[in-house]
Amino acid sequence: MANPLRSEVVRLYKNLLYLGREYPKGADYFRDRLRAAFTKNKSVQDPEQIKALIARGEFVARELEALYYLRKYRAMKKRYYED
Amino acid sequence: MSGRVLVGVKRVIDYAVKIRVKPDNSGVVTDGVKHSMNPFCEIAVEEAVKLKEKKLIKEVVAVSCGPQQSQETIRTALAMGADRGIHVEVAGKDYETLGPLQVSKIMAALAKKEDAQLLILGKQAIDDDCNQTGQMTAALLDWPQGTFASEVSLDGDKVKVVREIDGGLETIKISTPAVLTADLRLNTPRYATLPNIMKAKKKKIANVKPADLGVDLTSRLEVLKVEEPPQREAGVKVETVEDLVGKLKETGRI
Repeated sequence: MANPLRSEVVRLYKNLLYLGREYPKGADYFRDRLRAAFTKNKSVQDPEQIKALIARGEFVARELEALYYLRKYRAMKKRYYED
Repeated sequence: MSGRVLVGVKRVIDYAVKIRVKPDNSGVVTDGVKHSMNPFCEIAVEEAVKLKEKKLIKEVVAVSCGPQQSQETIRTALAMGADRGIHVEVAGKDYETLGPLQVSKIMAALAKKEDAQLLILGKQAIDDDCNQTGQMTAALLDWPQGTFASEVSLDGDKVKVVREIDGGLETIKISTPAVLTADLRLNTPRYATLPNIMKAKKKKIANVKPADLGVDLTSRLEVLKVEEPPQREAGVKVETVEDLVGKLKETGRI
C-alpha cells in the first residue's frame, strides 16, 4: 500500500465512521455500506486514483454534514416557527 | 474590554429522539437516551467562534451546568472552536430542579468573574422550552439584552442586533457588556468532526461548584405531573356538503 496515503485513507474511514453514527437509517446500516465501499477499492495501487477516491470520500463527509444540518434546521423550523 | 465571550450550552435529549414519559408521570425517560447539545446553543457557540475568527473577540469560553455528562457537551463546544470550558457541577436532586432562575444566577456570577464582554446563549432549550435564561441573566447583571438575534455585528463597544420578532425584524444597538440569545437563522453551526474532537481534548475544562460562586440552587417550582399530549383523533369523512353542515352543527361548531 502507498505508505503516506495509507494513513489518510484510515483517517478518512474513521471520520466517516464517526459521522455515520447519526445516520438516519441507522449507524449499522451506514457502517456496513462504508466497509463495503472501502473493501471494494482495497486493491487500488495508483496514488492518483487513491487521491481521487479520498476526495470522493471527503465529498461524502461534507454531504453528510449538510444532511444532518438540514434535518435539524427543518425540524427546528417546523417545531418553533409558524409559516 | 476583555474580549472574552461566554457561551452557555445545555445538554438535552437529542432532537430526533422520540420522547417517552415515565410511567409514574413524574418526568421524561432520560436513562440510556441519546443526549446532545441544544440546537440553539450550537448556533450560539458558532456565533462566538465566528466572532473570534473575525478577530473581533479574543477568547470563547463554553459553560455548562449539570452532571458529569455535561462535560461531553462542553467538549463538543470546544471541538467547534471554543478555547476553554467551565463545567458547573450540579447533580442529583439539584439537577432535577435546575431551571432558568438557577442557571441565570450561575451565568451572572460567572460573567462577572470572567469579566465577559458578551454572554451568548441559545434562545431556548428544546426540552423545557423556557426561553427565560438569557433574559433573567441580563436582568441579574443589569446588562442590555439582544434576544432572538438573527444577525449580530460588533461596532466598537456597541453591538448591533437584528431581532426576529412577530412583526418582522427589529434592529437595535446595545452597549457591551451584553447578553445575546441566538435564534435559528443567526448562522449555520459547523459539525464537530472527529479531528476537531481529538484536538479539543487538549483544551481545558475547569470544574466549579455552584457554592463556589455563591449561588443558591433552591427552586421555587415543583413539577406536579408530566403527561403526554392527548392522542389525535382520527378525522371523519362525510359524503356531501349537507352532511358536513350537519356534523358541524352537531358538535356545536356553528
